[in-house]
Amino acid sequence: MQSVISNPALRLFSNTLYRKNNLFLFLLLTPPLLWFGVVYLGSLFALLWQSFYTFDDFSMAVTNDLTLANYRVLFDSTNLDIILRTLTMAVAVTVACACIGFPIAYYMTRYGSVREKGFFYIAVMLPMWASYIVKTYAWTVILSQEGILYFIFKNLGLTGALESLLQLPIIGGNTLATSQLGRFIVFTYIWLPFMILPIQAALERVPTNLLQASADLGARPAQTFRKILFPLVFPGVVAGSIFTFSLTLGDYIIPQLIGPSGLYIGTMVYTMQGSIGNMPLAAAFTVVPIILIFLYLALAKRAGAFNAL
Amino acid sequence: MTIAVEFTHVSRHYGNIKAVDDVTISVAEGEFFSMLGPSGSGKTTCLRLIAGFEQPTSGSIKIFGFDATNAPPYEREVNTVFQDYALFPHMNVLDNVAYGLIVKGVAKNECISRAERALEQVALADYGKRKPGELSGGQRQRVALARALVNKPRVLLLDEPLGALDLKLREQMQQELKTLHKQLGITFIYVTHDQSEALSMSDRVAVFNNGRIEQVDSPRNLYMRPKTSFVADFVGTSNIISGDLAQQITGSNQSFSIRPEHISIDSEQENTMKVTGQVVDIQYHGANSKIEVKVGKQALSMVLSNTEHTEAQLPKIGQSLVLYWPQSHMVMLEN
Repeated sequence: MQSVISNPALRLFSNTLYRKNNLFLFLLLTPPLLWFGVVYLGSLFALLWQSFYTFDDFSMAVTNDLTLANYRVLFDSTNLDIILRTLTMAVAVTVACACIGFPIAYYMTRYGSVREKGFFYIAVMLPMWASYIVKTYAWTVILSQEGILYFIFKNLGLTGALESLLQLPIIGGNTLATSQLGRFIVFTYIWLPFMILPIQAALERVPTNLLQASADLGARPAQTFRKILFPLVFPGVVAGSIFTFSLTLGDYIIPQLIGPSGLYIGTMVYTMQGSIGNMPLAAAFTVVPIILIFLYLALAKRAGAFNAL
Repeated sequence: MTIAVEFTHVSRHYGNIKAVDDVTISVAEGEFFSMLGPSGSGKTTCLRLIAGFEQPTSGSIKIFGFDATNAPPYEREVNTVFQDYALFPHMNVLDNVAYGLIVKGVAKNECISRAERALEQVALADYGKRKPGELSGGQRQRVALARALVNKPRVLLLDEPLGALDLKLREQMQQELKTLHKQLGITFIYVTHDQSEALSMSDRVAVFNNGRIEQVDSPRNLYMRPKTSFVADFVGTSNIISGDLAQQITGSNQSFSIRPEHISIDSEQENTMKVTGQVVDIQYHGANSKIEVKVGKQALSMVLSNTEHTEAQLPKIGQSLVLYWPQSHMVMLEN
C-alpha cells in the first residue's frame, strides 16, 4: 500500500512513534508533567518551606532561620477563632449547597426534557461566566437595607420576622449585608454550580433500571433513595463538596465585602502577606486548609464515598 | 383456574405512538406465558405495565384479582428479571439477593439465610461476597433470578433474560428455567423476540405486532395454524402466497401459507397442490438444503433432506421444478 507520508524521514519518525508507544507517551506527557511538577508543586513546596522561616516582629524582616513558631502561633486563641469561623462557614455552605443542589440535579437528570436540561445547564453555568467580584458586589446591593430582599420582606409584611432573625446570635447582624447569614447566602450562591454539576454527572451514570429494580423488589421511594440512589451518587456529592468546602476555606473576597468584621483564613493570609509582609505566618495559614481538606477526604473515604467508584 | 394477570383493553400511548394498543389477555396461575414479537412490538411495554414501571393510558390491569392499574411496583406481588440484570453495583451478591427481604423488614438473620438458600438454588453458593462486576454474564443472570425468586413472587416477569448470553449458555439456561418453572409452580411471563425460545419453553405464546396481539395460542397451534400472515411469517419460516399466484393455485385470492418443509418435489397421492417455478438458489445447511424457487413474481423456499437426496439428485440452479404439497398443510390467512 502507498504511504500517505511521502517524506521518508517524517515517515520513519511517525512509524517509530507508532511502534514505541512509551516514547509517544513520554513526548505527550512531558510538558504537562513539567508544568505540574515544577510550576505547580514547586511553588506549593516553596510556600510550605517559607512557613518555617522566621519573621522578626521588630525589623519586620523575614530571615531564613527555620522555626516552628508560625505553627505555634496558629493555636493562639485569636487565630484558632479564625480557623474555626472559616471551618464552620465552609461546612455550613457545603451542607446547604448539597441540600439545594441535589434536588436541582435530580430534576435535571430524571425529569428534564432535552430542552429543559439545556435550560438548566445554562442557568447553572451562566453565573459562572460573570466575574465573581462583580457578583459579590451585586449581592452587597441585594442584601442592603435599600435592597430587593428587604423590599420583598416589607411587602410581605415580614420585616419583623427578618429583624428578629437578625437579632439571633452568631448568624445575626445589623443588616443582612453585615450578618453572617448574608455572608452564608452569598457563599452558597457563588459555589452552588460546583455542587450541582458533579451531582448531576453522578446521577446521570445511575441507570434508571436500578431504581426500577429496587421498587420491583418492594422498596418504597424513600428506601430506594437511601439504599440505592444516594450511595451511588455519594461520590458525586463528595466531589462537589470538595469544591464548595475548599473554595470557601480559601476565599478572601466575600468575607471582606459581606458580613461582619472578623478575619477568615483567606483574609488573614491576604493581610499577612500584603499589608504586614509576614510571609511565613501567611504560609503557615495556607497549610490549614490543605490539612483540613485531607482530613475531610479521609472522613469521606471512611464514610464509603469511593466504594461505588 | 385462577387468573394471575388480566389485561382488559389496555393501551399505552406515547404521544402519537401506540406502544400497546387495546390489548386484552389473561394469564392463568402457574402458566409459562411468553410474549413474542419483533423489537418495538409492545411486548416489553406490556411486561413493564405488569411490573408497574409504566401506567396504562387506558384499560385496566388485575393481578390475582387486585386492581393494579395504577399501583406502584412495590405494591405488586410480581418480581422482574431485567434484560441487563440491573444488579446493584455497590452491593455484593448476597446483599443484592437479600435486598427485597431487607426492604420488607424481614429479620436480618432470616434475610441472609434465605438469600444464601436462593444462591444455592442457582448454583452460586460461594459467590455471595463478590460484587456483581466480578461475575460473568451467565452468573449475573443467575443472581438476578435468585434476587427475584427469594421474594417468592406469585408471578415472575422475565424481560429477554437470555438475550445477552451466547448460544450454548442460552440453551442451558432455557432448560434450567423450564425446570425451575416446574419446581416452583408459579406463573412465568417471558418476553422474547426469539421464536424458537418461545416455542420450546412456553405453555402459551402471545404474538405481538405494532402494539397489538396477533394471536395467543399454544406453540403447536401457532406453528401449525397461524391465523395471520404476520404470525405465519414470524413464527418459523413460511411461504406466504397471495394475490394472483393464490388465484392461480387455489382459484381464490385469499392468502395462504405453506411451510418450506411441507413442500415436496415428489408427486405423491396426497400432494394435490402444485405449481411450477424455476430454481434460483440452493443453500447447503448441513442436514438439509434450502432451495429457492421463483414462481411468477414470488420466491418460494423449500427444504430437501441431504440424507434422502445425494448432491446429484438435488435440483440445479436455473432448472424448472414442479413443487407439490398436500392441501391439509396449507393455512388460510385472515386478510
